Amino acid sequence: MRAFVVNPLSAEEGAVPVVPAEADGVFSLLWLIVALPALSAVVLLLAGRRADRFAPVLGCLAPAASFVIGVVAFVALLGRGEEDRQVEQSLWTWLDVGDYTVSVGLLFDPLSALFVLLITGVGSLIHLYSVGYMADDDRRRRFFGYMNLFVVAMLVLVLADDYLVLFLGWEGVGLASYLLIGFWAHKDSAATAAKKAFVVNRVGDVGMALAVMLMVTTFGASSFVAVSAAMPEVSTAVATALGLLLLLAACGKSAQVPLQSWLLDAMEGPTPVSALIHAATMVTAGVYLVVRSTFIYAEAPVARTAVMVVGLVTLLFGAILGCAKDDIKKVLAASTMSQIGYMHLAAGIGPAGYAFAIFHLLAHGFFKANMFLGAGSVMHALDDEVDMRRYGALARIMPVTFATFAAGYLAIIGFPGFSGFWSKDKIIEAAFAEGWVFGTGALLGAGITAFYMTRVMLMTFLGKRRWQDDAGPHESPSVMTIPLMVLAALSAVGGVLLLGGWITGFLEPVTGPEGEHELFVSPLVLTGLVTVVVLAGVALAWMLFGRDADIPERAPQRVSFPVRAARADLFGDAFNEAVFMRPGQYLTRVLVWVDNKVIDGAVNGLAALVGGTSGQVRRVQTGFVRSYALTILGGALVAIVATLAVTLS
Amino acid sequence: MNPDAYITLSALLFSIGAIGVLVRRNAIVVFMCVELMLNACNLALVTFSKQVGDLSGQVAAFFVMVVAAAEVVVGLAIIMSIFRTRRSASVDDASLLKY
Repeated sequence: MRAFVVNPLSAEEGAVPVVPAEADGVFSLLWLIVALPALSAVVLLLAGRRADRFAPVLGCLAPAASFVIGVVAFVALLGRGEEDRQVEQSLWTWLDVGDYTVSVGLLFDPLSALFVLLITGVGSLIHLYSVGYMADDDRRRRFFGYMNLFVVAMLVLVLADDYLVLFLGWEGVGLASYLLIGFWAHKDSAATAAKKAFVVNRVGDVGMALAVMLMVTTFGASSFVAVSAAMPEVSTAVATALGLLLLLAACGKSAQVPLQSWLLDAMEGPTPVSALIHAATMVTAGVYLVVRSTFIYAEAPVARTAVMVVGLVTLLFGAILGCAKDDIKKVLAASTMSQIGYMHLAAGIGPAGYAFAIFHLLAHGFFKANMFLGAGSVMHALDDEVDMRRYGALARIMPVTFATFAAGYLAIIGFPGFSGFWSKDKIIEAAFAEGWVFGTGALLGAGITAFYMTRVMLMTFLGKRRWQDDAGPHESPSVMTIPLMVLAALSAVGGVLLLGGWITGFLEPVTGPEGEHELFVSPLVLTGLVTVVVLAGVALAWMLFGRDADIPERAPQRVSFPVRAARADLFGDAFNEAVFMRPGQYLTRVLVWVDNKVIDGAVNGLAALVGGTSGQVRRVQTGFVRSYALTILGGALVAIVATLAVTLS
Repeated sequence: MNPDAYITLSALLFSIGAIGVLVRRNAIVVFMCVELMLNACNLALVTFSKQVGDLSGQVAAFFVMVVAAAEVVVGLAIIMSIFRTRRSASVDDASLLKY
């Protein structure tokens, strides 16, 4: 049981209220960070064919310009005192209804600053890569418009100073994700995947909407300032409800169990989309939400435990899926799910883990974007082939892609020195301090990650050549390899953020002081243990898929139950279909029957009754004047008799 | 003054007119019977006016005469045009306007 008991100390720490200063100096430019990509998106989406010529240039310049402003603002933020690193730029009043006011403003604090740099920085690189990747697509303008739209929504999400405004960005990224997954909507699978992502995300968004409503009824406001100030007085029940509702929202956006099913299908979108939206930024919005809401989770230990459990389950779930997929993008998607599980695990630990969740998020943003773009480069070279069984021995033909992908690979498995090593190690350490179940799960996940990522490496770049001659693979143009190299460098050296505990110190205004945790062994021994487990995973993969292994071109069908289960996404879709879709279909069928028979029956029956009756009654109109006269006389007599009866009685 | 005789006469004339309207087919006769009913009403109005000593009943009788005159104008015109098209003044023949 010890494993599920949340450290009682940490419940009191870390409740940092949001008290921003008014923006001045360079911070008055904050709105431009959002406005520039927004302007570009509007131009690209509304200007029509006229914008075709300059679409890639404009599409890349807008996020790059935002990145420059973001860097300037970040440096300015570093220049302020540690206690003074929350800046708010008020823009306008959005809603003013009775006592409830929502003012749109941008909150720039260490957390948003890191996200702005990640979104615009990695985003710019991916935009640049897309110039090469989408060069042959005649709907490029629309693509860049949607990508910029996504950047805008994501920036609104991370810069919002109010949960309702955050919700606006939240829905915006959902929309952009839908549009981009279904970008090649002429393929049925892409259209279906887009719809699936949209619908599953709506389930999570219900949680977000309910959380905002609960805030409005409880606090009469939904701004971070008001909510964080009022949280300490609120009852545990409300805090827990808020925490769980936000967790539901995070599950939807971050593809965490039980709302994980959409992410693997979302790989139908163009690869830069997978890199930007479904690896580096949008899917990490759930982690952002949890870390942003530290003041809520500080009051709700139960909700925090739920976050940890979701993270743990998902990190194992994703890792298992990653082992069984042959589609390189789906492996990477499963791995994304799993890594975000790590982040949620860390975020659920509380003040001891928030900073590491964000650290891993940034490192993951670098190495996963890098690997997705690398996978895109491979697909680009092999006529959009995604099946790893048709890859092999590409290292010599695509040396740059291989080298950069290898950097991402070493980072994700946690090879000592690479960014993922530092970030994952810290999370596993914090998880062990929280309870051995979480620690062991995270450790196991690291081993499985090493296994399936090694499998990807071996099947794609090493081993025997399994592609056809007419595929004619070639290295990608430099517009695609330069972003790869930058991201590979970042994956390799991303660990410097942890140097001297910089990131934990920097994030302290948001996350509160890092809680102390006790380990049963020294961290160094634990690091050794993690490395051993990782090496075991690598060794196992080497044995199975190493240089001389024969990999059949078609996946063997006669396989054991665990393999079949993992190939079928651990029956996630089957579960959803059996529990939600089928009963839903039956319900609609019953409702259609009720509508047709009962409701339509009543309405049509009434109409038939009135029609039939009037058909009979109109026969009274015979056309004979004398019979009318008789009727009038009869009526008059009746009236007279009635009058007499009344007056005489 | 004893109104009984006048009222009795009025009721008698009205009944004759009403029965005439119901049983006769010729439009002209029906028309005359309607006039008879109207005049029976006029007689009753004047009688009661005299009885009560209030002139408004007699004024009402004048109004009825005016209305009856107007009605005759319109009614005879209709009967004329029906007779011209159908060569008959029977009200039972002109029964096209029905369900």
